[in-house]
Amino acid sequence: MIQKTLKSAGHDLAEPTFQLRVLNTPVAGSTHYLPKFRAKLAEANLYPLLPTGIDIFQVNVGKLCNQTCRHCHVDAGPDRREVMQRDTMELCLEALRHSSIPTVDITGGAPEMNPHFRWFVEQVHSMGRHVIVRCNLTIITANKQYGTLPQFFADNGVHIVSSLPFYQQRNTDRQRGDGVFERSVQALHMLNAIGYGQEGSGLELDLVYNPAGAFFPGPQASLESDFRRELQKHHGIAFNKLYVITNMPISRFLEYLIDSGNYSDYMEKLVNSFNPAAAAGVMCRNTISVSWDGYLYDCDFNQMLDLPVAAHAPRHIRDFDVELLAARTIATDQHCYGCTAGSGSSCTGATA
Amino acid sequence: MQNTYYNPADLKKFGDIAEFQPELAKKFFDYYGQVFAEGALTAREKSLIALAVAHAVQCPYCIDAYTTDTLEKGVTEEQMMEAVHVAAAIRGGASLVHGVQMMNKAKALTM
Ligand code: SF4
Ligand code: SF4
Repeated sequence: MIQKTLKSAGHDLAEPTFQLRVLNTPVAGSTHYLPKFRAKLAEANLYPLLPTGIDIFQVNVGKLCNQTCRHCHVDAGPDRREVMQRDTMELCLEALRHSSIPTVDITGGAPEMNPHFRWFVEQVHSMGRHVIVRCNLTIITANKQYGTLPQFFADNGVHIVSSLPFYQQRNTDRQRGDGVFERSVQALHMLNAIGYGQEGSGLELDLVYNPAGAFFPGPQASLESDFRRELQKHHGIAFNKLYVITNMPISRFLEYLIDSGNYSDYMEKLVNSFNPAAAAGVMCRNTISVSWDGYLYDCDFNQMLDLPVAAHAPRHIRDFDVELLAARTIATDQHCYGCTAGSGSSCTGATA
Repeated sequence: MQNTYYNPADLKKFGDIAEFQPELAKKFFDYYGQVFAEGALTAREKSLIALAVAHAVQCPYCIDAYTTDTLEKGVTEEQMMEAVHVAAAIRGGASLVHGVQMMNKAKALTM
């Protein structure tokens, strides 16, 4: 399934302002406004939301991807042209050099499709930082050149985090496209063969589960044991941890929610499942997110919604300043309910 | 008065039964919560049993609730449908096993 991105289809929902308007108005046929996220934060004594520091430097190196998954919050796909240039990467490295942020999390799109990807990873690795790459797995099987990625990852001590919505083909392909499950299994075998996910190898391979539909993820621990048992039994695949992520009601997942008639129930359920403990642990409190063109955001979701860091903080990587950024307030809106429902949700799974 | 007996929106109002009788409602919901908690059976197993029973009692609210709940607990679609077959087999079997009673009676009445 290679479908068009919202952007190239000229869909209204490709526009961040339109998405925010949808999230801030009552659903069709109702006059009922959902409570404001900031009011919920205030009830939990968390408003304004403040950072606890910067532990993770997340770089989105572009929206280009070999897939067009139905739930994608980036609206990534083969038709996107926004890709981080080398000079912006140089600015990222410069910012890292002047800080001691321990973890660099590289995402996309399919980050490996950025022509400067390998160079960037090598540079960050040589600075002694922990490098995470959000790899969609299928890219490894896309052609011969990408087939050398597992060895490249291993050589650079890359911690791999990969989406696999389910341990069965049907549910995975419905969300990520026909044949994705099979190619993901093939890629996981290649990674396992090199030592990834194997005990004692030091090469970490974590998987990400997100529901293939308009429902919430269940408890992380029990899903992890299901994944481990089933992937081992049917495919001989090993991995380290499973992160459980709630689908964010923005971009293509928002389109799916509206088209399938699930939007209002899903939003209501997110609001009703607001958990103050999860809110206290949201990832924006220890993350800074850099876009392909060098702008700074509180998280990758805010980045996609064009909600920049607060005006009193540096807004571009060329002005990066850890202290000023640590003193900022975090920009929140109605989509933030996606991070605070139940056990919470972040790039590293549950937060509460 | 609405003109259908079942309205999906009523599921969310289940808790409202306390309006007419708070004490018993509280007892019921406390009990209900405990029944579905992790115990000798996992919460996942209990959810699957609930899905099967929902089909046996043909309660649309319960089918709605436990379809969502089993999906959230990571139950596969095959497992969900097999649970429905368990309900169907027990219901079908319960009818058929009474066939023995019918046969007994028929044999008693006929030459
Ligand atoms: S979810 Fe990931 S793999 Fe899928 S289209 Fe988006 S960026 Fe690509
Ligand atoms: S969406 Fe971003 S800003 Fe909002 S709570 Fe989640 S991580 Fe924080």
